[in-house]
Amino acid sequence: MFRIIHKRQLSDAVFEMGVEAPAVARKARAGQFLILRVDETGERIPLTFSDWSAQEGWVRFIFMRVGATTHKLTHLEVGDELADLVGPLGRPTEVGSGRVAVVGGGVGAAVAYPVARAMCAAGDDVTVILGARNSELLILEDEFRALPLKELIVCTDDGSAGRKGLVTAPLKELCEAGALDHAMAIGPAIMMKFCAATTREFAVPTTVSLNPIMVDGTGMCGACRVSVGGETKFGCVDGPDFDGHAVDFEELMSRQRVYVDDERSADAEYSKGCSCHL
Amino acid sequence: MPELDAHERARSFDEVAVGYDADMALAEAMRCLQCANPTCIAGCPVNIDIKSFIGRIIDGDTKGGVEVLKARNALPSVCGRVCPQESQCEAACVLAKKGEPIAIGRLERYLGDSDLSCDIDSRCKPDVAAPSGKRVAVVGSGPSGLACAGELSRLGHAVTVFESLHEPGGVLVYGIPEFRLPKQVVASEVDMLREMGVEIVTDTVIGATYTLADLREELGFDAVFIGNGAGLPTFMNIPGENLNGVYSANEFLTRVNLMKAYDFPHHDTPVWRGRKVAVVGGGNVAMDSARTALRLGADEVFLVYRRTEDEMPARREETHHAREEGVQFKMLCSPSQIVGHEGFVTGMTATRMELGEPDVSGRRAPVCVLDSDFVIDCDTVIMAVGTRANPLLSATTPDLGLTARGYIVADEDGATSISGVWAGGDIVTGAATVILAMGAGKRAAAAMDRWLRVPG
Ligand SMILES: Cc1cc2nc3c(=O)[nH]c(=O)nc-3n(C[C@H](O)[C@H](O)[C@H](O)COP(=O)(O)OP(=O)(O)OC[C@H]3O[C@@H](n4cnc5c(N)ncnc54)[C@H](O)[C@@H]3O)c2cc1C
Ligand SMILES: Cc1cc2nc3c(=O)[nH]c(=O)nc-3n(C[C@H](O)[C@H](O)[C@H](O)COP(=O)(O)OP(=O)(O)OC[C@H]3O[C@@H](n4cnc5c(N)ncnc54)[C@H](O)[C@@H]3O)c2cc1C
Ligand code: SF4
Ligand code: SF4
Ligand code: FES
Repeated sequence: MFRIIHKRQLSDAVFEMGVEAPAVARKARAGQFLILRVDETGERIPLTFSDWSAQEGWVRFIFMRVGATTHKLTHLEVGDELADLVGPLGRPTEVGSGRVAVVGGGVGAAVAYPVARAMCAAGDDVTVILGARNSELLILEDEFRALPLKELIVCTDDGSAGRKGLVTAPLKELCEAGALDHAMAIGPAIMMKFCAATTREFAVPTTVSLNPIMVDGTGMCGACRVSVGGETKFGCVDGPDFDGHAVDFEELMSRQRVYVDDERSADAEYSKGCSCHL
Repeated sequence: MPELDAHERARSFDEVAVGYDADMALAEAMRCLQCANPTCIAGCPVNIDIKSFIGRIIDGDTKGGVEVLKARNALPSVCGRVCPQESQCEAACVLAKKGEPIAIGRLERYLGDSDLSCDIDSRCKPDVAAPSGKRVAVVGSGPSGLACAGELSRLGHAVTVFESLHEPGGVLVYGIPEFRLPKQVVASEVDMLREMGVEIVTDTVIGATYTLADLREELGFDAVFIGNGAGLPTFMNIPGENLNGVYSANEFLTRVNLMKAYDFPHHDTPVWRGRKVAVVGGGNVAMDSARTALRLGADEVFLVYRRTEDEMPARREETHHAREEGVQFKMLCSPSQIVGHEGFVTGMTATRMELGEPDVSGRRAPVCVLDSDFVIDCDTVIMAVGTRANPLLSATTPDLGLTARGYIVADEDGATSISGVWAGGDIVTGAATVILAMGAGKRAAAAMDRWLRVPG
């Protein structure tokens, strides 16, 4: 049903995959996500659309191998099929804010790409800040360069590409210059937390794209609860985008760790029978 | 009915009630007086001809009995297991006065299961009318959607069911546990619908993948039935509710039932296996959660309810089973806070309650006893305090008339504010029962059939 028609390795542990899903492709918008199951015993995992074509009937996503499900996914090839793929889920990212900085950290760049593209298409004045630990982990740089951005700023922790340092440094400079009407941060929770802390000082409204643990993705289970401004929200239907200045990041990070031990044992179990050395 | 031993079963996901064999079914059926005025029938929300199906069992005509059942109820194996018979058909049986009503549900299950045990070609299959040329979309594959789909298909319409999850069945597959309703039973009933020509499309969220308008305008369906349930979990809004180890009953049961977390890591989905589990609530959902927690290996499971056992909405059979298996009832307690350490639950503070004056529901309202807070030591909390309407579909359907609480407004037949769109089940009534949802689906199907057959 959901046949894989494209696969590309972007870095050691990051892959891009394209899947036939015509109904989903017709409705996908930047910032929304899908939920897939690899096989009949698989977990439901959410991944953000990195690209899609309504005409050709496919969607793409970019994922990092972190545990059993994403590990299984790396072993699928063009022509194989996924057991399930459902979407589009969540609210699309709001565009049209004017002068915007989009910060994409690590695999968050995959989500930042369609967001930046949609903002450009809406006439926003977009600066993209791409961050990674080192040049090997930097993804989608060429794709971003092909967009009509105001500027692309690349940062790596070790200086192996672009500026040396964290994404918050250029973000702060843009804030100081009064060059931003809005900021959008997408990446690991800790990165989003620091981006939000940076822009708060300058009162630049900041959206973050949260990634709590999910099951159904339709509002039915409440696994994806996040606290925003003291209220409990469901990440899958009320988000995934929220006001970064109101999000309780400590709680988010704590809730992301609930199954750490189980996940390790699941991946160990799967890796036993697996010959790859990822 | 024979049951697995309480200690043995409390650790196993096998079905608790084993079911009648032919001799037991006959013996029970023979007790039926075959009344001239069978009061039992009015006790069944879909008015199954109970006297007749029991009569068929007495005559040894199993197939005939199944036909009588199927004329009113598409899922007898399901209803025979999960209907609250003690307050419905069995309560209305003349023998109930003596405290010995006929075990109507168990006989229904016996017939339903004997049909399911046949290979699909020899199962009781309703006659399907000549194709009407009309196409109907059903949103949601819970009991209301399945009943509506089965009936419409029998009436000759081409039916497609759209389900957002990866498996059809609604609460029957994600909520009600395996030990009460084996998933194979639901799967076999769904197979029968497919055999009748119903198409079931999973992984499709109406309101996201397609809007309701798309179904009619782009996909060309002539009419739509909405049976999307009331699946949005509520929490108590007390401090500590987002600690790790706090679940909604929906999440906990979905992980275990639909995703088969009890078989982790052979199934990939994990669930937090608490040693000491507090379940908050007093309905069937709370009982199912408590009994599931035991089966996942908890040492102690507490059921925390703010009234007394008499007010508990759960079925008697379920509270009885739960107690037998070792669930500890903490009545007249209301949680006030969940406490934790490093992000994980370590306990729950509760306040003692006492019963005061009757409230609007006629039940005596619980009131707090001053300074009575105490701590329940636990590492898991499961909130089974009710559900609400899910706004996913209604939010993208501006013309759909809703109540103040977000449920769909529908008349007796299920007709909504949009011509050509019907609704039924929990999304209209609020959380109710399987048989009421099926009844609503079936009534809507009859009305839709009349509407579809009006020329022009
Ligand atoms: C809205 C949303 C969009 C996302 N988009 C992307 C994306 O585009 N690319 C990408 O690489 N990752 C994305 N993620 C994260 C991705 O879902 C997890 O990496 C994935 O579920 C890990 O599964 P696993 O079995 O391989 O690893 P596991 O070993 O099971 O988990 C590793 C970590 O991933 C997280 N996780 C596990 N299960 C889930 C789950 N069911 N739902 C959410 N998080 C989970 C937890 O924090 C966990 O500790 C997104 C998450 C959300 C909620
Ligand atoms: C744990 C539990 C135990 C219960 N025990 C009993 C019992 O013992 N006896 C009894 O009679 N009743 C019981 N009930 C109540 C009973 O299950 C419900 O009343 C009944 O299932 C309602 O049926 P429904 O068809 O309205 O909705 P549901 O069964 O909720 O089915 C709705 C379906 O629609 C799907 N859906 C939702 N939104 C969309 C969308 N936008 N697009 C596509 N699909 C969608 C859902 O995924 C779901 O599959 C129990 C309920 C629970 C939760
Ligand atoms: S459907 Fe339910 S209420 Fe009706 S006869 Fe069967 S068990 Fe009793
Ligand atoms: S009321 Fe009871 S005894 Fe009489 S026909 Fe019905 S089931 Fe039999
Ligand atoms: S993932 Fe279940 S409610 Fe959000």
